[in-house]
Amino acid sequence: MAVKKDVRQVLTANLLKDGLVVFMTDGAAWSPWIEDAAIATSKESALELEGRGNIAAKANVVVGPYLIDVIEENGRPRANLIREHLRTLGPTVRTDLGKQAERAAGGSGQGGAFI
Amino acid sequence: MYRYDEFDHTFVRERVAQFRDQTLRRISGELTEDEFRPLRLMNGLYLQLHAYMLRIAIPYGTLSSKQMRQLAFIGDKWDKNYGHFTTRQNLQFNWPKLEDTADILQALADVEMHAIQTSGNCIRNVTADHWAGVAADEIEDPRPWAELLRQWSSLHPEFCFLPRKFKIAVTGAEADRAAVAFHDIGLKIVRNADGEAGFQVLVGGGMGRTPMIAKVCRAWLPKGELLSYIEAVMRVYNLYGRRDNKYKARIKILLHEEGDDVFRKMVDEEYEKVKAAGGVSHLVPEKEIARIETYFAPPIYDALPDEDAQLTQHLRANSKMARWYEVNCAKHKQRGYTIVNISLKPEGGIPGDATSDQMRAVAGIADKFSLSEIRVSHAQNLVLPYVRKKDVVAVYHALEKYGMASANLGLVTDIIACPGLDYCALATARSIPIAQAISKRFEAPERQKQIGDLAIKISGCINACGHHHAGHIGILGLDKAGKEFYQITLGGSADEHASIGTIMGPGFSDAEVPTAIEKIVDTYIGLRQPGETFLGAYRRLGAAPFKEAIYAQAAE
Repeated sequence: MAVKKDVRQVLTANLLKDGLVVFMTDGAAWSPWIEDAAIATSKESALELEGRGNIAAKANVVVGPYLIDVIEENGRPRANLIREHLRTLGPTVRTDLGKQAERAAGGSGQGGAFI
Repeated sequence: MYRYDEFDHTFVRERVAQFRDQTLRRISGELTEDEFRPLRLMNGLYLQLHAYMLRIAIPYGTLSSKQMRQLAFIGDKWDKNYGHFTTRQNLQFNWPKLEDTADILQALADVEMHAIQTSGNCIRNVTADHWAGVAADEIEDPRPWAELLRQWSSLHPEFCFLPRKFKIAVTGAEADRAAVAFHDIGLKIVRNADGEAGFQVLVGGGMGRTPMIAKVCRAWLPKGELLSYIEAVMRVYNLYGRRDNKYKARIKILLHEEGDDVFRKMVDEEYEKVKAAGGVSHLVPEKEIARIETYFAPPIYDALPDEDAQLTQHLRANSKMARWYEVNCAKHKQRGYTIVNISLKPEGGIPGDATSDQMRAVAGIADKFSLSEIRVSHAQNLVLPYVRKKDVVAVYHALEKYGMASANLGLVTDIIACPGLDYCALATARSIPIAQAISKRFEAPERQKQIGDLAIKISGCINACGHHHAGHIGILGLDKAGKEFYQITLGGSADEHASIGTIMGPGFSDAEVPTAIEKIVDTYIGLRQPGETFLGAYRRLGAAPFKEAIYAQAAE
């Protein structure tokens, strides 16, 4: 996705080995939680995120990194397209699966599953 | 059922070994994603919204109980205890890991299954009438020919890199339950004036963004000429199909742009070249088709009266079971037997999903009551093809125990839905929640009975995997400025009188869809003539009263 002006963006990808959705953090690690994602607030910082993502892709950690638009709610990013929002949750018809299930089980915010 | 010979076994095992090596090389970085993607897709492995997805071929929708058990095992061991049966008679697992996929493929190979050609611009899994071999209205069993096509099209060197994907469906019955007119090639066994069975060859059907009904390319083709004639069709497509624009690359566009007569002439000319080719007969060797036919020979049926007195008594005593028998069981060609259709559409459930426990239960029921054979329908249901009427009560109770005794085959809640935006990376809107909401709205059995035959089909994007163009009521989910909205079409049909649905007008929000559908249904009930189906009423009345009903409702 092209970098946009005045839009807050985070970088997302799928892990190579299991395909699960991840987000790049401030420390250039990958987290399963969008809340941990580094938010680019300028064209330059978005390009920097994208560059780090491409390095991770070349290192065979992730597949297909791309920037997504987010809005901030209580200081935390939320994907503003439904497609991307669903990637942060899992299937809405199976709330026992995916990130929403892990979140319900206390997975989010515990600092786990960083790569 | 067909059994792999040594060639098949070797071929599939070699493919597993190749993919295992390719995966290891991808994980080690020896292969880039660009290099690896076509390799994984050739083995049915997609990267979807939340994870990888593995699409497994079920050739012409026929499964043994052993294969079904293995699918359940795979679901438990490497996925999340369920699978999704698709409109292409395939099964999809939604959560496999790349590093496990070679093991999954090996487990499939162990039971004579694979995921080859479930993706890519090649000839995909050949589909067929799910009642093949047992339907009362069948002229001949099409499965030997479907199997021949499977063998012929598997890694066919000339047709592995077509302009676009290519789908073939086969039926041997008068009623079209395989949607042959919506396939790139549809084959229908018909009799000529002399009473000899042959193929009617339809070409250029399809759904997607440009839905088209296939045209008759050959009204009657001797069966032995099937492969040579199809080869001619494929060669014309391979040579002249557009490769510059993926949206215009299907054979339906070529046929449409050239015109029916010109296209037929091109095929005929190519066919003459095929027939004239150096010293090789253009006919399928009789010995080979006879060999394949032995695998599909009818079983040794018990000699039974057509009616079973005990079953009749049970049905009188249990109205719920009687309703299920009336709706879900179909006329068998053999006296004393019935075709049991297992609905994977429980009211409010996810169309086509089956848990591993349900798969194992179906395998067990098939072992006990259906000669260990199961079918998958393109309507995302399962079929037990060989059930004795005297076993129906036991089958019903076994299905009921596992939540698979919904009496809704062909009714308003028997909804086809693609995975949509809940799983699919291409989707623009969710399909399943819409199906669930409509199913809940119409869940009362009396209401479903009152409405009668009604096919609702829902796609989550213009690619139309949910067959919305062929729905009596079709629903297409789209994205409008970041929000899901749904376009309604009426009058589509995938049967022997195939038609493409007509768009009614502006779309609806997800919350508005069930009410709009209810208005359409109420309009039908109010205007129908005695015995008239929804589709019959729509064809008689046209769109006007339905449009008026739903848009008046929307304006309120």
